[in-house]
This record gives sequence, C-alpha cells and structure tokens, in this order.
Amino acid sequence: MSRVDAVRADAVRRPSALWTFGLLRSELVTTVRRWRTLALLGVLAAVPVLVGIAVKIETRDGGPVGGGHGEGPAFITQITNNGLFLVFTALAATLPVFLPMAVGVVAGDAIAGEAGAGTLRYLLVAPAGRTRLLLIKYATVMAFCLLATLVVAVSALAVGALLFPTGELTTISGTRISFAEGLGRALLIALVVAASLVGMAALGLFVSTLTNSGIAAMATTVGLLITVQIVDQIPQLQALQPYLFPHYWLSFADLMREPVYWDDLVRNLGLQGVYAAVFGSAAWARFTAKDISV
Amino acid sequence: MAPYESDDAVDATRDAASRSGRRTAARYAVPVAVVGVAAATIGLVPALADSGDPDLPRISAQQLIEKIAKSDVQQVSGTVKISTDLGLPDLGGLENSLASGAAQGGDGSSADPTSKLTELVSGTHTLRVATDGPERQKLSLLESGAEYSLIHNGKDVWGYDSKSNEVYHGTADDSGKEHRTKPPATPKDFADEVLKSVDDTTSVTVDGTAQVAGRDAYRLLIQPRQSGTTVGAISIAVDARTGMPLKFTLTPKSGGAAVVDAGFTQVSFARPAGSTFDFTPPKGAKVTEEKDGAEAREHAPKHGEDFAGGLQGLNVLGEGWTSVATFDTGSEGGLPTGSEGGDLGGFLGSLGDQVSGKFGKGTVFSTRLVNALITDDGKVYAGAVTKDALVKAADAGK
Repeated sequence: MSRVDAVRADAVRRPSALWTFGLLRSELVTTVRRWRTLALLGVLAAVPVLVGIAVKIETRDGGPVGGGHGEGPAFITQITNNGLFLVFTALAATLPVFLPMAVGVVAGDAIAGEAGAGTLRYLLVAPAGRTRLLLIKYATVMAFCLLATLVVAVSALAVGALLFPTGELTTISGTRISFAEGLGRALLIALVVAASLVGMAALGLFVSTLTNSGIAAMATTVGLLITVQIVDQIPQLQALQPYLFPHYWLSFADLMREPVYWDDLVRNLGLQGVYAAVFGSAAWARFTAKDISV
Repeated sequence: MAPYESDDAVDATRDAASRSGRRTAARYAVPVAVVGVAAATIGLVPALADSGDPDLPRISAQQLIEKIAKSDVQQVSGTVKISTDLGLPDLGGLENSLASGAAQGGDGSSADPTSKLTELVSGTHTLRVATDGPERQKLSLLESGAEYSLIHNGKDVWGYDSKSNEVYHGTADDSGKEHRTKPPATPKDFADEVLKSVDDTTSVTVDGTAQVAGRDAYRLLIQPRQSGTTVGAISIAVDARTGMPLKFTLTPKSGGAAVVDAGFTQVSFARPAGSTFDFTPPKGAKVTEEKDGAEAREHAPKHGEDFAGGLQGLNVLGEGWTSVATFDTGSEGGLPTGSEGGDLGGFLGSLGDQVSGKFGKGTVFSTRLVNALITDDGKVYAGAVTKDALVKAADAGK
C-alpha cells in the first residue's frame, strides 16, 4: 500500500463511527417515515383491535370462544381470562403472514428500491463502503422487525387491558403467575418473535441485492415466504421441515409454559442465526461485487 | 472486511473482467462455507455428544429386576418423548371422533383425561411429568401453542386443556387409584406392565449399558421365547443409581421402527416446585365435574397393548406372550376399547381381512403389534400374536 493510499484510507475512516451512526439514523427515519411503512404498521396495529373486539362480542353472553372447540389462533380462548393473552394471540395471528410480509416488503426494498430509484449510486459515492452500507441496511430491517412486533404487542396490550380483565394469569400449564411476571414474559415473547424474523430479513436483503427493481424483490421475498410455509405443511416433506425458517416460529408459545420448554425456542433462534449468516454473507458477496450502473 | 470497503467504493468502475469474476466466486465461497459449517455442526454435535456407553459394574438380570422393584423414587420431574407406531391407518380427523366416542362415558369435555390421553395411541408426543410423593403428580401433554395438564394434588384431580380453556375436575378416593386409570405414558408405566408378565416364557438379559437423558443406565432386554407372538423384543433402560426405568422400546418381530418408544429426554430427581401442583380454574373456564368415578373408570380406554390381558370379564386363552384375550361383543361394556363399538363397525369392516377356519368366518384387523379377530358370530379374539396364532386360538376356543 503506497503512502498516498494509506493517508486516503485513513482520511476516509476517521469520521466513521459517528458517520455510520448518522447514516443508520437517517436510514431508520427514512424507512419509518415512508407511507408504505406507516400503512404496514397501521395494519399490524389493527389486527389486535379486530381480534379483541371479535372475542368481546362473541363472549358477551359468557359463552366460550369458538364454541369451546379450541379453534383459531393459539391462546384465543384464554383472552377472556386475562387481557394479556391478547398479546400472545395477536402475535400468534400475525406471525405466520402479516409480520413476515411487512418485513419482506421493507427488506426487499432495502437495496433494490434504492437501485430502482437511482439513489444507490449516490449512497455509494459517499465514503460509506458497500459492506457498511449493507450492514446499515440490515440493521434497519432488524430494527423494523422489532418495531413491527412491538406495534402489535403494544396495541394488543392496550386493547386487552381495555376490554378484558387483567391481574394474575394462568399459564397454559395450569399454574398461576403474577401480572408483572406475565408482562415480563410478554416482553420476552415480543423479543423472541422479533428475533424469529431475523432469518427472513436476511433472505429479503439477499433477494434485494439480486435485482434493481424494488417491486420484484418484495414480491420474490413474500413469494418465497409463502412457498416455504406451504412446504412446511406438506407431510411428505417432513424430513426437510426442521430446516425451514418458519418451522419453529410458533415455539414462542413455549415461553408460556411453566417451567419454560426451551428446546424448540433454542432451535428456532439457532435456525434464524444460520439463515442470517448464510443469506447475510450471500448478500455481502453479491453486493460488494455487483456492478452498480443505475 | 476493512480492505474491501474502501476498495469497492472507489473501485466501482469495471476492472479486468476476469479478476472481478474470480473475486465474486471467492466471495460466494463465504456463504457456502457458512452452510458447510452449519451442516457439519448439525451432523457432528449429536455424534460427539454420544460419548459411548458408560462403564458400570456388571449386574445380573435378576438383580436388575429387583433393582427396579425396589426403586422408590418419590420426586422426579422431566420431559418424556413418546412415539407410538402401531401401523394403524392414518385416520386423521376420524381419530378425534373415535376419541370423543370413547369419552361418551364422561360428557365430551375436551379436558376429560380419558379422551385426551387417547391421543397418545399414535404419533409422537412430548410429555412432561412431575411427581412429588404419591399425593401429588402432574402429567402434561405439550401441544403446539397449547398444553393439556392432568394434575393430581391430594384429593383433587384436575384436567386443564388450555386450547379450549376447559377444566375437568374429579376426585381421587384414595391415592394411587387414579394412577391406574390413565393409560401408560411414562417409561416406568410401560416397564411395570411388562415386568408383571415376565415368566418362563420370557428370556430376560442385561444387554450392556446406555446413556439416557444424560444418566448412566443398564439396558434390560426382554425377549419372548415363544413363537407366534408379534413382539420382537422389549428394551428397558434402567437408571443405574435409582433403578427407575428411563426408556422403554418395544420392537415388533416384523422389524422396522419401534411400536412404542417412550423415554426421558431430560430428567431430574429434585423436588418439583410446589406451585407445579397448584391449580385453580382460570376465570371464565368451563369446568366439568366428574360424573361418577366408577363409571368413568370403566370406560377408560386402555392402551393398545394389554400384555397378559389382565382385564376383568375377559377370557384369556393360552399363556405368556401368545395369550389371546377373547370376549363376546354381545355383552356391552366389556369392550376394552371404545373404538370398536357402534356405528363405526361398518367402516372398520372394510379395513380387515376375511379369514375362515373351524370356528367359522371372521375378520382379522391387523396392526404392527396387536391383531384382532372378530368372528361373524360376534366373538372377539385379540392379542399380540400373529394372524395364524389367532385363528388357531379361535379354533381351539371353539
């Protein structure tokens, strides 16, 4: 490395920490301010409201939910005991489709959207470096995973507290825990649900580096999600299923057992880690070697 | 990664094409390597964790059986994985209707233990067990996003189905009795059933050692000496320290996967938390009271294998492993399983094979373990024996 190079590299890197943070913040603000994102979050916030009102109307006369046959999303029958269960029901209802779809839209748009709008070139003219830009994009998508999950959880908590009794609650194992512990578990569940989306986010980011069309990347990501979910339901493909990213998604319910059953939770988080590593590095391989001409 | 960053930002213009091609390939090696490492980890970790069979002092089969009998484990908690593969046709939703048919002795509450635990007859299930003395026991069936708990605490027996939010309440007149009414689920339940039937028709050996749920265990191998039975071998892993059965495997003579495989995946002999056994019905839950203890018990569905056929009201032909239970369907209430009666008969008839012999004509229903012959004059012969042995027994019984 010549001296000139060394000096230049040094000059480039010096403001990095603050600069990276600034870029991340501007990314976050841009993402959250988009009408598209706000609409997605609005839909997510509306799900618990709908579920809560539906359950309230159905149980007006004291009858059980779903005729007492235990149909519908997990935990739905327990909402009438304790409003906190609306959080779990809402997450169980949104995790298979709504949440990953929202994440797919944001992740698919991350790189391809910039490329399609012609802004990716300008981002790279700034001395950010492609790897750093990619990491910032991934961090933004992960922040959105957490935000989307929390929007569902907080909306559900508010509706649940408004419409249903709160207080001590019964775990699905039949033991009782205090409301404070229940809140703690709800927070833990929200974090696990957000972490469950990390693999999906990496997949979306990788798809996003493959194309210059934001719409194509979003459609591909959401299409992949639906395909994988269908494969996860076919009994003949059982051998494959433990390696599919949505396979252990509903394991968050195991946090409501007493004692907590960790096996599937750990498998889920491990699987998400593997998907994040594989597709994250694939996105890096693709993005750092890509011709950016638009 | 640092060198790439500044490189790429500056270097966005096309270089020599071949160089960039090679570099792209080199970069894609990273995700491929990650996949490789992950696959190797998934493949190797279980192999490495299997540290081989533990070294334990030699012990005779007789001593081991005595050890099981003497075993007095009062406090235990753990996770049991149970797989049953009787080779029944996959009935799907019908299974539920069979189960609810069996529960008609109760009143159809989904929290009724007799209907709920029938689910264990097929498929793979994860159970949690906790015991603290004879007065306090808990058995939970883990389902996706829900759980079914059967809690025995002193005089009360609670069943709680979190999926439908229904509660079943019964009373245990005297402790221990309740234990017998539930189908066997833990390795100990199975082992007790089998050891009852050990006699001179059976060869019992100690078949080395094994590790089960992280504990050192002896392996007790039980093989029928008689021909004509469908039972191939039964292997019971017995905890070396406490003498408690940790794993039970029954393989059929026809080979293939085990018919019953129940084992602890995690076990602890510490006292379970007292709150485990406390149960108050949640607000808004539908509570069903047990109607009549005796009646409900009569209708309790038995598990597929009734080894020496210890049911009342039954005639047992033959002895040991080739014993065949027989009864007349004319006498209602004597049915050992709720699944054979009633309107389902016609459907079931299409599943069997027609046979004839000195006894007349009949239909044989086969599973991988239990075969049953229902003659046209309404008699039922059932046992863990081959079809031929069944016909022979029917001929002899005539």
